[in-house]
Formats: sequence, C-alpha cells, structure tokens
Amino acid sequence: MLEIQTPETIMFWILAPVSVLAALGMLLVKKAVHSALLLAWVMVTLAIFYIAQGALFLGIVQIVVYTGAVMMLFLFILMLVGVDASDSLTETISGLRPIAITAAVGFGGLFVSLIGRATIGHKPYGLEFANSNGNVEGLAKELFSTYVWPFEVISALLVTAALGAMVLAHHQRTIARPSQREQSIARFRTGSLAGAAGLPSPGVFARHNAVDVPALLPDGTAAPTSISATLKARGDMLESQSFELSEVDNTVTEEK
Amino acid sequence: MTTSTSLVYLIALPLAGAVILLLAGRRADKWGHLLATALSASSFGAGLYQLSQMLSRPTEERAVTQKLFTWISVGSFNIDAGILLDQLSICFVLLITGVGTLIHIYSISYMSHDENRRRFFAYLNLFIASMLLLVLGDSYLNLYVGWEGVGLASYLLIGFWNQKPAYATASKKAFVMNRIGDMGLSFAIMIAFATLGSVSFSGVEEASHTASQATLTAIGIMLLIAAAGKSAQFPLQAWLGDAMAGPTPVSALIHAATMVTAGVYLIVRSHFIFDAAPTAQLLVVIVGAVTLTFGAIVGTAKDDIKKALAASTMSQIGYMILAAGLGPAGYAFAIMHLLTHGFFKAGMFLGAGSVMHGMNDQVNMRRYGALRKFMPITFVTFGLGYLAIIGVPPFAGFYSKDAIIETAFNAGGIKGILLGSTALLGAAITAFYMTRVMILTFTSPERWEKDQHPHESPWLMWLPMVILAIGSVSTGYLFTRGDSLVHWLSPVFGEHEAHEEHFLPVIVVSGLALTAVLIGVSIALVKYQFSDVDAEAPQDVSIFTRIARKDLLQDTFNESVFMRPGQALTRILVKTDDKVIDGTVRLVGTTAIGTGSALRKSQTGFARSYAALILIGAVALIAGIWVVTQ
Amino acid sequence: MSPYNYLYVAGLLFTIGAVGVVVRRNAIVVFMCIELMLNAANLTLVTFSRINGTLDGQIVAFFTMVVAACEVVVGLAIIVAIYRSRRSASIDDASLLKR
Repeated sequence: MLEIQTPETIMFWILAPVSVLAALGMLLVKKAVHSALLLAWVMVTLAIFYIAQGALFLGIVQIVVYTGAVMMLFLFILMLVGVDASDSLTETISGLRPIAITAAVGFGGLFVSLIGRATIGHKPYGLEFANSNGNVEGLAKELFSTYVWPFEVISALLVTAALGAMVLAHHQRTIARPSQREQSIARFRTGSLAGAAGLPSPGVFARHNAVDVPALLPDGTAAPTSISATLKARGDMLESQSFELSEVDNTVTEEK
Repeated sequence: MTTSTSLVYLIALPLAGAVILLLAGRRADKWGHLLATALSASSFGAGLYQLSQMLSRPTEERAVTQKLFTWISVGSFNIDAGILLDQLSICFVLLITGVGTLIHIYSISYMSHDENRRRFFAYLNLFIASMLLLVLGDSYLNLYVGWEGVGLASYLLIGFWNQKPAYATASKKAFVMNRIGDMGLSFAIMIAFATLGSVSFSGVEEASHTASQATLTAIGIMLLIAAAGKSAQFPLQAWLGDAMAGPTPVSALIHAATMVTAGVYLIVRSHFIFDAAPTAQLLVVIVGAVTLTFGAIVGTAKDDIKKALAASTMSQIGYMILAAGLGPAGYAFAIMHLLTHGFFKAGMFLGAGSVMHGMNDQVNMRRYGALRKFMPITFVTFGLGYLAIIGVPPFAGFYSKDAIIETAFNAGGIKGILLGSTALLGAAITAFYMTRVMILTFTSPERWEKDQHPHESPWLMWLPMVILAIGSVSTGYLFTRGDSLVHWLSPVFGEHEAHEEHFLPVIVVSGLALTAVLIGVSIALVKYQFSDVDAEAPQDVSIFTRIARKDLLQDTFNESVFMRPGQALTRILVKTDDKVIDGTVRLVGTTAIGTGSALRKSQTGFARSYAALILIGAVALIAGIWVVTQ
Repeated sequence: MSPYNYLYVAGLLFTIGAVGVVVRRNAIVVFMCIELMLNAANLTLVTFSRINGTLDGQIVAFFTMVVAACEVVVGLAIIVAIYRSRRSASIDDASLLKR
C-alpha cells in the first residue's frame, strides 16, 4: 500500500507547474536555443519525478542521456544551423493553428478526463517490494532475464542508427579539392591581376600593427579586404579611411 | 468380323499425295499432277483389290475392319480410329476413286495453263483421302473427321481462284452453310454418346434397339440437318449454286458425284436409327421431295450451264434422299441412283467443262448453240449423260429413277400418291430443263460472241468423258440385272420382303414416267428448238420466271431472316460490349482517377498539416475511447 | 496526494508537445517537441510501474529512451543533410513531394 510522504507532495506541487510552464514556453519562445534550454529544464524535472517515484536508475539515465547527451546533440546542430536564427511565429498555412489548438485542447481535456475516471482495479502498490534489493539490481535482473531479447535487438538498433547518421551526414565530394597549384593558376586566369599575389595582411605599411588596422596599398589608400571578416561582422573594425595616408612622397631618392 | 491390314492404304495413298504436293512446293510443279493422278489411280487399284477379296468370301464375311490406333481413351469412353469396309463402303470407294481418277486425268489437261495446278491436285488428293475416310470410318466420330476434311477440301477448291472476290465469297458461303450441317452432325454424335453410350456404327445400332423413340428421333433429325448441309438439301441448299465458282472438274467430282452425296451415305448408313424413328424418316422424305422439286424448278430458269447442272444435282440428290427416307425398300435404290448419278452427272459436268474450254470460258448457254458440229465427242458423251438423267431406257437413270418413283408410289396411302406424283413431276421438269440445256448448247443456231473458235478438247479430256458415258449407259442395267445391287447391299440393310403389294404395276409406273419425260422433252423442243432463242435473257418475263432465276428467293430469304437480324444482333452486341461492359470497366478507371485527383488536393506536401491530421485522428480515437468507456 | 497526479502532468506535457509539432516550423524545435512527447510517455510508464509495484514499466521506459536516442541521431542527421542542400531548417521548405 502506497503512502505518499509530504515532501514528495510539496516537491510535486512546485515542480509540476514549473515543468508544464517550461513546456509551454518552449512553444512560445522565438529562438530555438531557448526552446532547447527550456526542454532541458523539463527533462531535469522529469528526472526528479522519476527518482521520487522510485526509478532511481531511470532518473540518472534521464539526466545523463537526455539532458546530457541528447540535448547536447540538439545544441550542436543548432550551432551548425545558426544559433542566432530566430523563428517567425506567424503561421503560414492558413487555419492550421486554430485547428491545432482546438484539437490539442480537445485532446488534453479528453485525456485528463479519461485519466480521471480510469481505474486500475487496486490501490497503488508502490515499489518497496520490487526495489527491496535496490532499483538498479531489480532492473538488471528483469533486463537480462525477461527482456534480454528486446535488449539485444535494441542494441542492434543503436548500431544501425549510428551507421545511418554517418551515411546521412556524410558529404560526398563530387570534384577533387583544388590543389595549391590549381588555385594559383586560377588566380592568374581571372583577367585582373589584383588578387594575384594574395590578399595583403593587416598592418602592412600601416601606422599600427594591430589586427584591426588595414594594410596600406602602394598609393597610400587603405585595403579593407585585409581585415578579417569576423571582425567586420562583429563591428569591431575601425573606419579604414582614417588610416589612409594624406600624402605620399613619390620622389625616388637613390640610396647610396 | 474379318480383319484386314491393307485397308489403310486406300486412304493413305491420296493423303500422302496431298502432303507431298503441299510440302514440296514449287519443286513439285513439274511432276505433282502426275504423282497425284498415279496415287489416286493406285487407290482405285487398291479398291478393286479389296473388291476381289470381298467377292472371294462368303456373303456374311464380306465386311472387313482394321483398327489403326486408339484415338480417345477416357475411362469407359474408348474410340479407336478404325476402318470398316463393307458392301456399302466399297460402292463408294470405287465411285470416289474411279470417278476421282478420271477427273484427275481430265484436270491434267483442263488445268494445264494454271500456274497453281500442283496446289489444285494437292487439294484434289486431300479431298479423295477425306472422302474415303468419311465412307470408311467405323464410327460417327471417324466419319466426322472425313466430313470436315471434305468440307475443307470443298472450301479450298471452290475458292481456288480466290483472287476473284466473288469466288472467295462463294467458298465462304459454302463453308458457313456447311457449318450448320456440321453442327447437326456433332449434336447427333453428342446425343448418341450421351444416351446410347457409343459412337461407333455397330455400338449405336446395338443400342438403338433398346433406345427410346425420342432419342432416336432427335438423333435422326440432327443427322438429317447434317445431310441437308452437306448435300445441299432444303433448307440448306443455297450454297451449291455458288459453289460452281470452283474449277469445273471440282464441280464434277465434289459437287456432283461424291461429296454432295455424303448426306445420302450418312442417312443410309444410319438406317437403323431412321427405321426406328418414323418421325425423322418422314422429315427425310419431305426434305427429299421438296428439294427435288425445288432444284428442278431452279434448273429451268438458269442460263449458266454449270448452275443449271448444279440445280439438277440438287434435284437428283433430292431423289436419293427421298428414296433413303422410304425405309428398307428405298436404301438400295438411293445408293443405286447415287452411283448412276455419279457417272452421268460427272460426265455432263466434264462435258460442260469441255464446252467452256472450247468457248473461252463462256458459261452462258444463250451464247452457245450449234456446238454439235464442232465438238462431236463432247456432244455424244454429254448426250448419253442427258439420256441417262432424264430416264430414257435403257440408260442408267431409267433404272434407278424408275425404281425410286415406284418405291415412292408403294409407300402406301396418300403419302405414296403424293410422293409418287412429286417424283413424276420432278421427272417431267428434269426432262424439260435438261433438254433445254442440250438444245441451247448443241443443236440450236449459233449465238456466239465475237472471236469464238469452238474446238474439240484434247484426248486427255475426252477420254474420261467417254469412260463416264459408257458408265452412264451401262451401270443401270448392270445394277438391276437380277437385282444384283439390292442383293449385294442386303447384308448391310438386312433383308426385307422384296415384293410387297404394289400400288401400281411396274409397267404402269414405267409408262407414267416415260410419259412425263416425253411431255417435258416436247415442251422444251417446242419452246427452244422450233423457235428462236434470244442471245440475251429476256427481261419481260413472268414473276415466276424471275423468282426461279433468283433461285426461288433462297438467298433473299436467308439474308432477310438470318443474315440481317444476325448483323443487327452483332451490332447490338458490339454496342453493348462497348457501352455496358467496357463502359463499366472504364467507369472504374475514371472513378479511380477522379477520386485520386480529388484526394490529391489534400496532399499539400507540408509535413505539419499531415501532423495536424494525425493529431485530429488521435483526438477522434481518444474521443471514441472516452465515449465507449463512459 | 495520489500518484495519478503524475499522469495528469504527463498528459499535459504530451498535449503541449503535440501542439508544438504542428505549430512550430523550425525542424529542430519540432524534434524537441517530439522528444517532449516521448518524455511524457515515459513519465506515465514510470508512474504505472510504481502503481503496479513492478519494474516492467521502467524497463519499457528505458527502451523508449534508447529508441528516442536513435531517433534523435538519425533525425538530426536528416536535418543536417537537408540544411546543407537547402540552407534552411524550416520543414515547410521541404514540401516538394506534393507534385
């Protein structure tokens, strides 16, 4: 016979609303990164729920595998796709959102109502007996006796998934990577010799040798292409005009 | 019953000829006709040998059989391909091979200018083989094979000059009308097998003693339909006139002497069925009587010499069928008339061919005349055949036809008087139209078209005519002397009391017949010999003449009663097939396509709308659970 | 309190996840919503396990986690492949199969 202790009740009434709110927020925020963080939070609360319900092993796995590995994978992909991209929340398929919300409200209402009147046929037992030798030992006993065959099958599934991910993510080169020689030839064949010698490095013939100072061309003008694009995008580059020389001494004096 | 191992050669020799000539192709052009003639002659020789063997045996052992192989063996149903040669078959064998050989010889010359002569001889040999199989088969099924074989040969030979559309159509017409008869024969075989459990002649004869009247009547009627189809009897007579499209030797052999008499053979061979089924027998008599009048009337109106002879053939076979329908008294006379007719009609057809040969293939008798002087041999042989067919004593036709008329009168009561009078009337009309043919062709003044140089045919052509003429003179006397043919055939049909009460004395019947002939000949003489004949057929003639010229409207009748409704039915069926059956099929396709293109609109390609649909489905599911568990 | 309350929470989370799948366009967010639905299912499994006093529910939840991990691996690989060819992570853009 299951008796739920007060601490668990308090924990539930705090965490349950928080997790539902976090899930809702997941829907409403614009940035995918924020969604991911909120989902991670929901998963952590679920892990706590698991542990509170006597599923110690699952709770730990939830944190390690889900919040640790899976969510990390999500974040990796987000970085790859563009972490800054924020979604527009306006609906493009007309009528889809009302339908979805109506259906969801109906679904949730019916679901909750169903749970409310469902009967198991007995009072909750609790896991004291099942966990008497420890939760992990109990699970292991079940997993390697009754469920050993599904366990083996699921391992095959994991291997297959790994292979599948590699196949899907693998990028097949259709043409050979151009060698340095080919790149050099290509530069001279463009018609303009401007880039033939390669781009100038920042700070060449400049008054400063910092990375954000453009190089100076022979006529004294600044070369913006010599600055890293990253700095430019970050807005950390100084106005290159200000580094131009106002006067170039063109007189050639022969040095002895 | 005696068995023999040599019967198969009768059929095998001409069959081998057909196979060799057809397979060898153009290589055989030089010698094919000689080989075919030699094989036909050797088959005749084999027939003579069998006859001598037969004569050397006592009467009751004369029939011989030979089992070739087991054809069908299914459970209790066993059919052997077997040959039966008895007194009846041997008559046919000798007629077919004898007349056939003569016509082969005739054709060597007649067809000498045709580049497909080899093919012609191949078909002739095929015909001889099939016809022999027909008369030698020991069961209805074997007979059926030969029956179809001669139908095929007839089709091929009528349409031998199939480059002319009319001839090709004629062969098709003959084939189609023969199919109706063939259907009758196959039904007869099926009924016999289903009810009597056998299809062999001996088996059916045995079973017919205990079979029900209805069964035998059904089989008899079906056999009569078969005979009517093959022998051009009413109401399936329409093809014979058109069959004259074939080369004249073919008309002589197939459509005068042999194949068209197969129906008579079939009825006579099945005498045990007709003897036990009076209704069927009565129908046979009626068909015979109707056809003999029908053919005779058509014959009076024809200007085409071959068609006049064809109508005459139809009429004479009507006599045979009539005799065959008169029961045991008539069978032998039917066969006798068949044999004598084979001689004189073949001879006359060959004579007609000879005339055409000399007249640039002109067939219109109104364009003949005075050929007596130019073709003396043809005139004499044709004239002997003429005397035979109209029944002048002592020529062959007199004996056989007289016997039939006499038997018809003896049938008893009203039936006898009616049949006898019909036969007498037929004899008079026959005399009239045959005299007409004679006069128009040979004795009246010439009415030739330009550039005609009539001449006598070469000896290869007149020799067979002479031989056949001798036959038409002598056979009647030979067959009746001491009732030789009747006695010869009696083991097949069983003895019957030869002299029942005569309705009229024999001499009176003969006198009546001769009077009828005399009347017919006189009318013809007055109308054609002693008055001028138009070179063009007069058009201002009575309605009867016009109808007679149109073959008594047989084609009109067939077209309006069978062909047009058949075509209409076909059109309706085609339309039904197109609109209803195909329409249904197409509707299924259209529905599928329409449904598909309507449903395609729901496929937006957006994964999220699919997900929304799944969500709605889940709501429906859970709502269902909610309702059910309430 | 009764353990059934956990089931209510799970139902709500599942519903929210379902709405997210339909409403959000970013493929990665859609994926995360699917994960949310799976987690909600897991929570019910764990709760039922507790109610019934056996560990079978937890075993199934464990299997669910493994399957979810596989699904994430393959699904994210697909997203990356699509992104590489179309420069977009919006699932509405991958709608070419309709014609």
